[in-house]
Amino acid sequence: MDLKDLYRDVIVDHNRRPRNFGPLASANHVAEGHNPLCGDRLTLYVDVEGDKVADLSFEGNGCAISVASASLMTEALKGRSLAEVRDYFDDVHKLLTERDYTPRRDLGKLAALSGVREFPARVKCASLCWHTLVAALESERQPVSTE
Amino acid sequence: MSAQVADISEHTLGVSRLKRLRADFPILAERINGRPLAYLDNAASSQRPQAVIDAISTYYRESHANVHRGVHTLSQRATEAFEGAREKVRRFINARSVREVIFVRGTTEAINLVAQSYGRANLRRGDEIVLTWLEHHANIVPWQMLAAELGLVLRVVPIDERGMIDVAAYENFLGPRTRLVTFAHVSNALGTVLPVERMIALARARGIPSLVDGAQAIPHLKVDVQALGCDFYAFSGHKMFGPTGIGVLYGREALLEAMPPWQGGGDMILTVSFGGTTYNALPYKFEAGTPSIADAIGLGAAIDYLSALDWHAISAYEHELLDYATRSVSAVPGVRLIGTADRKVSVISFVMEGVHAHDLGTILDADGIAVRTGHHCAMPVMEFFRVPATARASLAFYNTAEEIDRLAVALTRAREVFA
Repeated sequence: MDLKDLYRDVIVDHNRRPRNFGPLASANHVAEGHNPLCGDRLTLYVDVEGDKVADLSFEGNGCAISVASASLMTEALKGRSLAEVRDYFDDVHKLLTERDYTPRRDLGKLAALSGVREFPARVKCASLCWHTLVAALESERQPVSTE
Repeated sequence: MSAQVADISEHTLGVSRLKRLRADFPILAERINGRPLAYLDNAASSQRPQAVIDAISTYYRESHANVHRGVHTLSQRATEAFEGAREKVRRFINARSVREVIFVRGTTEAINLVAQSYGRANLRRGDEIVLTWLEHHANIVPWQMLAAELGLVLRVVPIDERGMIDVAAYENFLGPRTRLVTFAHVSNALGTVLPVERMIALARARGIPSLVDGAQAIPHLKVDVQALGCDFYAFSGHKMFGPTGIGVLYGREALLEAMPPWQGGGDMILTVSFGGTTYNALPYKFEAGTPSIADAIGLGAAIDYLSALDWHAISAYEHELLDYATRSVSAVPGVRLIGTADRKVSVISFVMEGVHAHDLGTILDADGIAVRTGHHCAMPVMEFFRVPATARASLAFYNTAEEIDRLAVALTRAREVFA
């Protein structure tokens, strides 16, 4: 087991400087995710316009894998259609859990998460934001107050 | 990095004695990720000496049958071994009688037994239970469940920034409606030793019964339930080098006698008819169903093992390890210790700036070092210190200064991964 495989430069970078971090004024879907094992908590804000994810962001507190995964996810999905988001979810889920899985699409920087599958205890950290995204999209449209 | 702290190779225990002790625990020879195992997660669960493993295996090979039932030889043999283990427990904690020693699955079940049996029978709407901010979830949630059902009030004694309980503050929580006090002997998340003797005495002086969660104390401290003066004391086998699935509830006989059974079934009855059932005597009244016989016998073997150790030397050595680990870990750049009470057992909780505890856990594991990371089933403690999680190194007498050096080196490396 090689730590370099898990903590690739992209992951370390996105943990240190998470992209799309903070509440989203235009969000109409929001959900909270919680991983009780390690105390990771994140809130996901999604602005769905028609069948597109026009914008999304997250905030919260968690380990490097969960923060980097959420950061990478928000970067990859901005502007994608809901159908594409579902495909991404399937691809990333399999990437995290199935050995030698070849994604159906070029996952770009998200491919850096493939090292996580060698660390079964950490798969939930990487998948937390994705499950939270599904919960957000399935939630009733709800305007989010940003005070 | 370890050069900064004093060498403890000349420790109380002596190198050869430590080596022999370690050889008693076969799992310590395991290699994890290509490195020798450094097992620093003893507060979650300790390891077992060969004597315990042998006792369980011998029992299954030579003596197993159901207990308290058959007239046949094996059943008598099993019953003798099982009841023999109960007597070992009695002596170990200095209970007055084996009637005060109830076998349960573990500390959690022991606390639930008190909540469901003693609590239901004795507590009424508006009554208060006093506990502390240091409690493990197992000593919070059973009371919350009972409180919600019966309309009780839970009063929580705060801790200070070092993770200690102020006895004067605790005393102020004892009021006319206080019907039970319940607290940990040792905090699992921080290692703080609570001033339980005084806390129990203050409650007793007001006629309030006390329950002590001894899960973390029993592997480190000599526990004498009569000297403590508590009414209930709960602990688990697996944290004291014994098997999982077995634990003990000590209860003062007069209280247990007056309490209703909490689970019905075989073994806890004298006679059953559809006209009415009479219950068995103590301790069987609280032991419905076939018990975990082999694990009770394994617990007896763990007690034999512990009793044969030079407890004075072991205890002194654990404190040397604690001091050494405290200095080594706090010398790592970016590390902050969580819980710095005056009186602690060998548990060190800490956070590292810029590195989440869960990442620390993975990085240490790559080096063969096992620590616990997370909230340690004590989320209120995490909330108090405003940290989502900590890493916790918890040491047993078989740990070494060299393992602590490896911990310090790996922690330094963890910081570099995220630099």
